Amino acid sequence: MTANDRLSVFKTYKLFVGGKFPRSESGRVYEVTDAKGTWLANAPLSSRKDARDAVVAARKAFAGWSAATAYNRGQILYRIAEMLEGRRDQFVTEVAAGEGLSKAKATAQVDAAVDRWVWYAGWSDKVAQIAGSANPVAGPFFNLSTPEPTGVVTVLAPQESSFLGLVSVIAPAIVTGNTVVVVASEKSPLPALSLGEVLATSDLPGGVVNVLSGRTAEIAAPLAAHQDVNAIDLTGAGADLAKDLETAAADNLKRVVRPSVTDWLADPGTGRMLSFLETKTVWHPIGV
Amino acid sequence: MPTTVPAFGNEAADRLASMADVTASDAALRRFLHGLPGVDAVGLQARAATLGTRSIKTTAKANAIDLAISMIDLTTLEGADTPGKVRALCAKGVNPDPTDRSVPKVAAICVYPDMVATAKEALGDSGVNVASVATAFPAGRAALPVKLADTRDAVEAGADEIDMVIDRGAFLCGRYLEVFEEIKAVKEACRRADGTAAHLKVIFETGELQTYDNVRRASWLAMLAGGDFIKTSTGKVAVNATPPVTLLMLEAVRDFRDAVGVQVGVKPAGGIRTTKDAIKYLVMVNETLGDEWLTADWFRFGASSLLNDLLMQRHKLSTGRYSGPDYVTVD
Repeated sequence: MTANDRLSVFKTYKLFVGGKFPRSESGRVYEVTDAKGTWLANAPLSSRKDARDAVVAARKAFAGWSAATAYNRGQILYRIAEMLEGRRDQFVTEVAAGEGLSKAKATAQVDAAVDRWVWYAGWSDKVAQIAGSANPVAGPFFNLSTPEPTGVVTVLAPQESSFLGLVSVIAPAIVTGNTVVVVASEKSPLPALSLGEVLATSDLPGGVVNVLSGRTAEIAAPLAAHQDVNAIDLTGAGADLAKDLETAAADNLKRVVRPSVTDWLADPGTGRMLSFLETKTVWHPIGV
Repeated sequence: MPTTVPAFGNEAADRLASMADVTASDAALRRFLHGLPGVDAVGLQARAATLGTRSIKTTAKANAIDLAISMIDLTTLEGADTPGKVRALCAKGVNPDPTDRSVPKVAAICVYPDMVATAKEALGDSGVNVASVATAFPAGRAALPVKLADTRDAVEAGADEIDMVIDRGAFLCGRYLEVFEEIKAVKEACRRADGTAAHLKVIFETGELQTYDNVRRASWLAMLAGGDFIKTSTGKVAVNATPPVTLLMLEAVRDFRDAVGVQVGVKPAGGIRTTKDAIKYLVMVNETLGDEWLTADWFRFGASSLLNDLLMQRHKLSTGRYSGPDYVTVD
């Protein structure tokens, strides 16, 4: 038997929710094609019930993840980079096919994504020094402001940059202790679904990152209105959709990050990390 | 078929007397219970699983949620229970969602005997019953006089319903008559001075009964002894209410009604936490016993966290937005 006679073994791409790999509750899938329109794989077409389940998983994971030490979270993010490094080829192939990039350009994207995990891992025990402060007050008190995670964050991943962009929106949310429900790029969700497999083997507790694929508008609407979601990052939404989602998100005063044109290869800055933090200020008497 | 009478009425005693020959001696009772048809375990599980796949949506779901809320025995059975916690639970039972007065009351508040007076006072004339576990709950390992004193204390303190546990040790040894006499004695202890009586629920702790056949035998045993309700579990062991066990008990109740003409209630307890689970149970009741049983008089859920999930689903139906645990009370 020659190599050509071998039957193809196609991969069934699945969602990543609560540390497990379920199919869509609806049983639906949709066809994912490469940049030229050739079929690549079927991806799950998530329903609003998948979104609901993902929020439940994220909420369940929040207590443990937000209480983990910054050092521990940094270690885990670094571990994700290590695991990705070993699967670079797979991601290069998926990114090249999905975004229609040359191999060299796709490799640059994947390398930048790995480096981004490392970069954000380093921030885990430093963000408090940037976002927190010791405040001078007119009284015998230490007055300290410290950043705390916002809670469950819904992230609409960028539509065009299916892997580097994805990592650049997930990592800043989870490094500070938030848990996320991420809606992958509608056109090229495969790198996001494969990232779930990496996250599952990186000591990241189940439910901290939950990956959904499908129609962004369909999944995002219930997530934006969900009373148990504390923030929403609208990066992957078009202008009209973003406006509708922002209106829905206002009902429970979610934090909203509006979409903006971003060069994902550039230095990301601290903006995204600081978007999903709440400041807690405590007054502590001096000399007691 | 004779007309059906409720288990807690006076006529039920006459109906049960017609079965006196099977409970006349330990040997007769054993012969009867072991003569019950064996349970087809695979068929039972398949039937329960099939009934669990029904899709209940929109207005039917809204009705099911309200019905389920009105059937809850809102329970707190912790060593750490304080009068304050019991009062808070009572307030929640009377008015489950302070932002929406159209939410029905729960059926009862279920507490330990020493908390009955507190619960009774907190509930006042709200119409919510006080249920008390008794008879050395949850193990049931105490002498009969202790169990009866436990029951009388709870009834005197004002309990409307008594949840007793059977002596699983005696049952598993095959000393059926002993279990039978014990249930009868507790039923007697449920009587109040004015001639009325607290309703008696008999807990089997199905997780400890090992086989489905034993569950069927225990169901018949408890119904013959005069139990008003049969209840799956205490909620204190690893395996609590499961759909197959509950279905089996519902079938036993159906068969008992057909044979004796007495209507008995069913209460699954423990492990029912989601609206989806609760609706599955309601479907089973409707399919097995019919809508006569779809009231809080004949079907109850022993639960605590279920209520919050039902309220969250209710929010979802009324607002179209998924709700979250921030919008219901922590208890």
